[in-house]
Amino acid sequence: MRARLIVLAAVTGSALASLAWSALAPIRSASRDQIFDIPTGTWARRMSGERIEILPDHIRLTLGVRDILVLRNHDAVPQIFGPTLMMPGQSFRLPFEQAAVYTFSCSAHASGQMTVSVDPYPTTPWAKIGWRAQEFWWHIRLLTAHLLYRYHS
Amino acid sequence: MNRTGARTGPIARRGLATVAVSLVLAEASGAGAPAAFKAGTFDPPRAAPDFSLQGSDGRELRISGFRGKVVLLAFGYSSCTAVCPVTLATFAQARRKLGAAAAGVQVVYVTVDPERDVPERLKKFLGAFDDTFIGGTGTGAQLASVRKEYGVTAQKIPYQDSYAYSHSSFTYLIDRQGRIRALMPYGHSPDDYVNDLTILLNE
Repeated sequence: MRARLIVLAAVTGSALASLAWSALAPIRSASRDQIFDIPTGTWARRMSGERIEILPDHIRLTLGVRDILVLRNHDAVPQIFGPTLMMPGQSFRLPFEQAAVYTFSCSAHASGQMTVSVDPYPTTPWAKIGWRAQEFWWHIRLLTAHLLYRYHS
Repeated sequence: MNRTGARTGPIARRGLATVAVSLVLAEASGAGAPAAFKAGTFDPPRAAPDFSLQGSDGRELRISGFRGKVVLLAFGYSSCTAVCPVTLATFAQARRKLGAAAAGVQVVYVTVDPERDVPERLKKFLGAFDDTFIGGTGTGAQLASVRKEYGVTAQKIPYQDSYAYSHSSFTYLIDRQGRIRALMPYGHSPDDYVNDLTILLNE
């Protein structure tokens, strides 16, 4: 019974410590780049009828943390990627300096447009928790997409 | 200890003050940091695809004809009531802010509306913003080919008794060597253009 109480206290303490850290620790990022890649062979796979969505139609960025959109075309053919036409091997780096919602026409999407939401730097504890939760979810989605791509290729 | 402190204190304070002032000045001037584009940049830059259109000045318009100048290349149409007037007014303001350096900048505006935008109309429309702006027009097929090369979209939409176009609203920045260096999304200020044009003019 006592051992259970100790375990419960340890788990609760860890959870509270994590929450406090998420709410109070300043948000830092090693890079401010949010990178999207067109992998080699994308065009060939699309031509064979495969449906591949590389660039989400809604991208979220955060000022001061991750506010540079980087698009890279590793494929062997030119690609319309986000707002621009990119040659093979070319990258496009677009910085954002104002929190706002930006829409770009993008023929790569069925909707014909891509939206980039640039959020202000999270300053309040709740905003920091929200940002970290979003970041965690984003990495899970990225990992899943990467694994699916590897599985299908 | 106190006497030593009394002798070195002011020196140390002056030294610290000098360092602090230097840091502030360095921060203010951006010393050591490479000038950053406000526009999106390409790496590596590619050569701007050349084209031959009818210029609003009555001559043939080729993008390769502007080597040695920095070119702002935009696509639109003179009947546009939303995007184009704002973009062209921004270009004009940026050129005014550049002063004498503006002589090294050429604005090229290619229409997406060949039916209405004949050279004379383009000249009148562009002249309302800046006399140095040059427009380009051609057949529908010619303009579609140019748009394809530059990744520009334009879609004709019926509007009341007439029609309008939904078109790409960004601007290409082409350097003196004729390479597409950057793409400025719609909505940036004249100061952002001045920043990027200055970088390209100083290369």
